[in-house]
Amino acid sequence: MAKNPDIKKVLVLGSGPIVIGQAAEFDYAGTQACRSLKEEGIQVVLLNSNPATIMTDKDIADRVYIEPLTVEVVEQLIRKEHPDSILPTLGGQAGLNLAMELEESGFLKENKVRLIGTTALTIKKAEDRELFKETMEKIGEPVAPSDIVEDVEDGLRIAAEIGYPVVLRPAYTLGGSGGGIAQNPEQCHEILENGLRLSRVGQVLVERCIAGWKEIEYEVMRDGAGNVITVCNMENMDPVGVHTGDSIVVAPSQTLGDKEYQMLRSSALNIITELGITGGCNVQYALNPDSFEYCVIEVNPRVSRSSALASKATGYPIAKVAAKIALGYTLDEIKNAVTKKTCACFEPMLDYCVVKMPRLPFDKFIQAKRTLGTQMKATGEVMSICTNFEGALMKAIRSLEQHVDCLLSETSSPASTEAGNNGYDFSGLDEERLKRQLAKVDDRRIWVIAEALRRGISYDEIHEITRIDPWFIDKLAVLVEMEQALKTEPFTEGLLREAKRLEFPDRVISRLTGIPVQQIRDMRYGAGIRAVYKMVDTCAAEFAAETPYYYSCFDGSNEAEAGGGKKKVLVLGSGPIRIGQGIEFDFCSVHSTWAFAKEGYETIIINNNPETVSTDFDIADKLYFEPLTPEDVESIVDVEKPDGAVVQFGGQTAIKLTEALMKMGVPVLGTAAEDVDAAEDRERFDRILEQCQIPRPAGHTVFTADEAKAAAKELGYPVLVRPSYVLGGQGMQICINDHDIDEFIGIINQIAQDHPILVDKYIVGKEIEVDAVCDGKDILIPGIMEHIERTGVHSGDSISVYPAPSITPATEAKLVDYTEKLARALHVKGMINIQFIVADEEVFIIEVNPRSSRTVPYISKVTGIPIVPLATQVICGHTLKELGYTAGLQKKSEYIAIKMPVFSFEKIRGADISLGPEMKSTGECLGIAKTFNEALYKAFEGAGIKLPKHKNMLITVRESEHEAVVEIARRFQKVGYRIFATRGTARVLNANGVKALTVRKLEQESPNILDLILGHEMDLVIDIPQQGAERSHDGFVIRRNAIETGVHVLTSLDTAEALVTSLENRAKELMLVDIAKVERR
Amino acid sequence: MKAFLILEDGTVFCGNSIGSDREVISEIVFNTSMTGYLEVLTDPSYAGQAVVMTYPLIGNYGICTEDMESDRPWPDGFIVRELSRIPSNFRSGDTIQNFLKKYDIPGICGIDTRALTKILREKGTMNGMITTHVYQDYAEPVKRMKNYQVTGVVKAVSCEKKYLFPSVDGKNRDRQTHAGEGRRVALLDLGAKKNIARSLTERGCEVTIYPGYTPAEEILAANPDGIMLSNGPGDPKENVEIIREIRKLYESDVPIFAICLGHQLMALATGADTYKLKYGHRGGNHPVMDLATKRVYISSQNHGYAVDPESLDPKVAAPAFVNVNDGTNEGIAYVGKNIFTVQFHPEACPGPRDSGYLFDRFIEMMGGNQ
Repeated sequence: MAKNPDIKKVLVLGSGPIVIGQAAEFDYAGTQACRSLKEEGIQVVLLNSNPATIMTDKDIADRVYIEPLTVEVVEQLIRKEHPDSILPTLGGQAGLNLAMELEESGFLKENKVRLIGTTALTIKKAEDRELFKETMEKIGEPVAPSDIVEDVEDGLRIAAEIGYPVVLRPAYTLGGSGGGIAQNPEQCHEILENGLRLSRVGQVLVERCIAGWKEIEYEVMRDGAGNVITVCNMENMDPVGVHTGDSIVVAPSQTLGDKEYQMLRSSALNIITELGITGGCNVQYALNPDSFEYCVIEVNPRVSRSSALASKATGYPIAKVAAKIALGYTLDEIKNAVTKKTCACFEPMLDYCVVKMPRLPFDKFIQAKRTLGTQMKATGEVMSICTNFEGALMKAIRSLEQHVDCLLSETSSPASTEAGNNGYDFSGLDEERLKRQLAKVDDRRIWVIAEALRRGISYDEIHEITRIDPWFIDKLAVLVEMEQALKTEPFTEGLLREAKRLEFPDRVISRLTGIPVQQIRDMRYGAGIRAVYKMVDTCAAEFAAETPYYYSCFDGSNEAEAGGGKKKVLVLGSGPIRIGQGIEFDFCSVHSTWAFAKEGYETIIINNNPETVSTDFDIADKLYFEPLTPEDVESIVDVEKPDGAVVQFGGQTAIKLTEALMKMGVPVLGTAAEDVDAAEDRERFDRILEQCQIPRPAGHTVFTADEAKAAAKELGYPVLVRPSYVLGGQGMQICINDHDIDEFIGIINQIAQDHPILVDKYIVGKEIEVDAVCDGKDILIPGIMEHIERTGVHSGDSISVYPAPSITPATEAKLVDYTEKLARALHVKGMINIQFIVADEEVFIIEVNPRSSRTVPYISKVTGIPIVPLATQVICGHTLKELGYTAGLQKKSEYIAIKMPVFSFEKIRGADISLGPEMKSTGECLGIAKTFNEALYKAFEGAGIKLPKHKNMLITVRESEHEAVVEIARRFQKVGYRIFATRGTARVLNANGVKALTVRKLEQESPNILDLILGHEMDLVIDIPQQGAERSHDGFVIRRNAIETGVHVLTSLDTAEALVTSLENRAKELMLVDIAKVERR
Repeated sequence: MKAFLILEDGTVFCGNSIGSDREVISEIVFNTSMTGYLEVLTDPSYAGQAVVMTYPLIGNYGICTEDMESDRPWPDGFIVRELSRIPSNFRSGDTIQNFLKKYDIPGICGIDTRALTKILREKGTMNGMITTHVYQDYAEPVKRMKNYQVTGVVKAVSCEKKYLFPSVDGKNRDRQTHAGEGRRVALLDLGAKKNIARSLTERGCEVTIYPGYTPAEEILAANPDGIMLSNGPGDPKENVEIIREIRKLYESDVPIFAICLGHQLMALATGADTYKLKYGHRGGNHPVMDLATKRVYISSQNHGYAVDPESLDPKVAAPAFVNVNDGTNEGIAYVGKNIFTVQFHPEACPGPRDSGYLFDRFIEMMGGNQ
């Protein structure tokens, strides 16, 4: 078979904003697929509401729409663009669900659009629980005893029949939203109620609990001719019960014999054949560790997080091949892009071990429950490759950037061990409590197991409690034994060699042996114990491969050769996706890499995130899949000897490496390391501000709580407290009294601080953000953004509007002037991001980042100015003038663009959702339109806030905001809302002529505020909590319950006002904007 | 104990001794399977060779005796990067360390198996030595290595007396009907993996196993419904006598299905030629295309020689399968004959079971269900 000639114009659906369970992997898959389609001369129309993606670039697709992913928008888009086909298997569950709705409504047929890459029946067979079960039964593939229920009563009955514990899985949700394991009817009731609501079709599967079995996954592919292959299998270290997205996963499987491996492989191929999938598919199994019994847990008939991982783990580009299959090619007609000699119809063989670890957001949500279950909580992940499992695990641990670099924790604050919620040190627990901790399934389990091993608790007992396979326990024991050896045995070359083979960083060896790091490094270099690099070639060296995709190990010979001729640049990536450092930095890294290549550089990327575009092996000339620590980077520098490194596009991860690069003698291209430091060092920065005569909120640098309190006293409360060198406002809080300071500094100091803590006066005003490119002389400002929320809400969590709607020309001039002065004073070459407060006509500076920022992708897209390539060219020595740009603030775009933060609060139990200086959003979407109101409406739509439904809302605000809320409430009433309010708020509203029904407080008898929320009749809660640490417990309970009931909660009046504005101005028909046609003005 | 792997090109790898510490010279070949080390170790086709596993972590699931493809391990040596300290599998009865010791198989671990594989890929399969002896001068051992040749291996691995393969009735839960109920198959043991006979008995056949050197007349006299030629070790051309007997089998009208060495011997018996591949195909991921249907199957492979498709007489034999990677011959259909042979291993073990349907085809060749 060959390409279907009828396919000429394809609509590709993206997956929307980054949320837990749907992250950068779909940008990777989508981008790869779009490139693969364009290679075939297909015209690609792209729809994705997420502006930080690479797939929404005009280089990737021909027509690009950053619009809400709703049925209405897709319909309108199809009527506008007339694609002949729609490819829905690349946009995750969001894309698949949309396609299903359009297919079911008959819209696709009516408009003669064919689904490619899958069929509606295939999707149904895989996703509809009942049909799936029937299909599996038909081909004799076992599934766990289960039944579909549509109401709670039925669910309880079935659960009783199957027997507790039972697993509950809502149909058509992503990341297992709303699912869980119920041990008893009470828990079952709770999960069912929530799950039924979250399911698109109101169905929940009640299933026999197979927790404790091995969880195994297969990534399989099939073409239209029926050829089937397995790309990769993976084994979860955590047995069934933990969502695979939250598990430590190893590829290939380690504890399966060929009999088990082939049994499940054959099963997966049977399934993909029966489902008739053309493309990729993920099959998850539970395998009884004591027999050959297995059951199919789940099938995902599309590319997924696991397929991205499998692609990176093997070098096999699943999404690219899936796109070709969708066009009609068969596997044997598609080339293996790695060997370029063999075809895509083969199975990759690994000669290394891959470990994936989840990046969980518990550092952001310190009150959240760390327990892991069937609902995914990770925001991102890291992958590492080594010739042994221990080494791969060690590399993964340090890639996470969670202040821990081995199985021994450096932080040993006794408080954290007591609290049992933070830190990785369990040495303070007695044996009984340690065993209890072992039984807790959370993200720190391997550290607990390591501690148990140190205490001499047997493998059997650990296995009994955790159900983790003894093979993995033994591997952890190898690491623990090495710790012991380093602590107690003579430090010989042999021991050092073995420690390095197990990927112990020099820093850790130093800690354990007491020998200074530098001495260990010298000893290592002296003995020739250096990292070597091996190639990921899909075929275990059977064929010569050209792919420049490398990983390090310490036991062998080096394969990576430094190329000659061209100048070489090292591009440092941004590591795992986490709150505060998302996909936008991958966007910047990739664009910078491409721009360097255009400038004639040989490009080398270092990154460890398997979900991203930057770690696709054909983005840079060379890819090193490695941790981003100074030692790991230095090893690569030793081999590659780059002419320079660029740190300003990889977020704080890359910036943090500036100093280390300087020490290695690698020139930091662009803004000098010295100046990067000046922007982060409080005192040096203050001096610069003084020179430039730019005001900032008064503040002090402190190290202790007492110093902080003294500073606060002098400045006057409220004050903003934060560590320097942070990302996403981590550890940043508004303090209103001494007690707050004690508490926050305590939290900050749980992690050892190399840098001081900043205490600033908190000023209320408008927040303004500016990104600029400076060539050392001229400064180009693409645009000025204004936040809807006043100061106090983290910029990443604020609704950001371009161009700034409410600043006066005088203020604008001041902003431009300050930006130019700062860029010059910091000798910026490349990018700079500045945040300001505008209070009346006064402009204060809050923060300067000598790097690319979160807002760069969207400003690039709306202004048509390719900011990152431009910055890269400037770094390479070009001036803005010679590149055809005039300095200063650029002409405003004809469009208004509004960036809306998107949260994943419902996934993180126990997290407080109220907005503050600490960032909490996981992703963003964009509303783009000719008018502010339409853009705002699109932004809310894109974020999934579809109102109104019931037209009931609840308002409870702190006293200081009573007056301000009146007008907002009046407007909500005008658009048809019935308002409920707590006593104080209701009194004020009624007194001002806004009708509000008083509801009882939480502690009062039913029906009270909570009943109202749980009654599923509320659209919206506006809850403005007290500032500072003394937040009422009531407010927290209300907000959590609202979020978990699917009610939208706003914790800022500014957001509420924006929302009501959007509701007042809802348009019947949206005007869709093709971003690819936006030109620089 | 330190051990060394010395290649005939003078390359030396230093690692640790596993299994027996005796010195051995052998032909070094690599296998890319990620699972199935026990099946590899007990595959008689490895007689006369030392096997490098490219997957670095070996021994993870211990020794599951029922997975053995013959009664003992055959390779002269076993070369790995790392052996697991503990085995973990519900069926495991022993560790791989003990297994190698028990059967006196020398081996080496802790070496860069990828670097070794690349040498074999670039320079082709070569001889080597595994030793714990510290040589001051490699000239002498290299000279010995260069003289080494794999010979007489079929005789060494084949059974001595014919016997009836025990049936596995009732053990196969997937299959309700036995398509080949009662079909009597004569299996010529050239170094047969057990799963060939098992695949047939699972399908209801009665399998009699004959020593490799059995005269054709004796086999034909038993009046089998079909003849199966097994896999086996070594250079196919060395088996002059067996080829002569196979010629006679070819001339009979009994349906024949052959795998691997059997496939090569049938080609040689009908006038075609074989040649040695640079480094062979050993692993579980090779795509083979059925030329009749254009469907591609992922196959298990283990061979160092191949049939030269150019040498096929179109009046006698036609290529039926081809390797999608390198275009080498993977199967032959004999013109006007009920004979079908493949280079790969439909019996899997280790490896994908995707081409197991060929046993069904063989049963149809014998007339199907009785």
